[in-house]
Amino acid sequence: MSTVLLPDPAPVGADPMLPRVARVLARRRDGPDVWTLDIEEEGGGTGFAPGQFNMLTAFGVGEAPISISGDAASPNRQVHTIRDVGPVSGALARLKPGDPLGLRGPFGVGWPMTEAEGQDVVVVAGGLGLAPLRPALYHLLAERERFGRIVLLYGTRSPGDILFRRELESWRRRLDVDIEVTVDHAGGDWRGHVGVVTTLIPRSAFDSANAIALVCGPEIMMRFAIVALRDVGLADEAIYLSMERNMKCAVGLCGHCQFGPDFVCRDGPVFRYDRLSRLIGLKEI
Amino acid sequence: MQASGLDRIIREHRFFAGLDEEAIALICGCAKNVRFEAGQYLFREGDAADQFYLIRHGRVVMEMAAPGHGAMSFQTLGENEVAGISWLIPPYRWRYDAKAMDLVRAVSLDAACLRGKCEVDHHLGYELMKRFVPVVAERLHATRMQLLDVYGTPA
Repeated sequence: MSTVLLPDPAPVGADPMLPRVARVLARRRDGPDVWTLDIEEEGGGTGFAPGQFNMLTAFGVGEAPISISGDAASPNRQVHTIRDVGPVSGALARLKPGDPLGLRGPFGVGWPMTEAEGQDVVVVAGGLGLAPLRPALYHLLAERERFGRIVLLYGTRSPGDILFRRELESWRRRLDVDIEVTVDHAGGDWRGHVGVVTTLIPRSAFDSANAIALVCGPEIMMRFAIVALRDVGLADEAIYLSMERNMKCAVGLCGHCQFGPDFVCRDGPVFRYDRLSRLIGLKEI
Repeated sequence: MQASGLDRIIREHRFFAGLDEEAIALICGCAKNVRFEAGQYLFREGDAADQFYLIRHGRVVMEMAAPGHGAMSFQTLGENEVAGISWLIPPYRWRYDAKAMDLVRAVSLDAACLRGKCEVDHHLGYELMKRFVPVVAERLHATRMQLLDVYGTPA
């Protein structure tokens, strides 16, 4: 039987390279190979901004950057949604309630929630990209009166891949938010949209002259979402993207996530599009 | 009276935005109002593509059936969109099914009538092509995105 040595809990704001210890409170399946973990830090959570990420450690396996998918209003219960695609994400996704894990963070620049106030907000999510947008949605709905029209356009592969399905259904019952879900393909029992998420953009009602777009998903989807958003009149300065790169140190030291002059971990992961417009189409970056 | 109602509907439909009055009058001569109840088919794979539809209200789902899978949906269309492209391309047969998801109100355009008018009046044909080619290109692009399976598990 092996013994796992755990580091002592460190005070908040201490060495950002030193993982703190957290424990899994709950684990639930949110799609094929996708699991959501609720975790609690020993000594309480540090708080986070929507769009930020944590570095989670599966002890004895490794560390991976994982977006925070929970509600920033509940900082003691941090929520992460993980797709099991490799050894680290797989080990994290298999953790059970009570299991320990390491946590560094939160890191990075989040969604522009203050800038969005007074404007229509168009949230465009693709696949697992809904996870880092969920904290922004919680905020938008909690502070509903501060924003204009709220539109969520969510695209995924098939009806079985829809993340946070029950929550989407409950939000849809509200009368103050427009939610459209589309899938790439479906069986005959699906009653929603079929087609790529970008096709929902010109069909949506929002004031493009006074709107801000928050976009997260596979990069190719984001590129075409940008085209569709610009086609309906959004300015480059009104489009925000959450980028994904190979983040290791999470504090802008190691260079693994360098994207042109920026580090995705430190300067992002959320960027305003005009900052990335000349880089995002490049093949090797 | 019916024709003037159709005139207005066609003029106001996004697909025909900007079309001149003469062309609208020619198109109206091939048009009629139709409605489909939920579950009713606008057209079926293999049938003659002898019309296309300007959707005014409701949603239409495009489907193909495969053995063991049943009907598989690959696209939905809604208000202000156009259903049916095969009427433009020989041998003028539908390649898939189109089914009303809810009550659909549409303008049906007689394809043989319109093709005939386009042969005689190339200006009308060009105006129609200018509107259909972007639709075809957009749907081809969307199909490419679906084929790429961008939401799939990264390799």
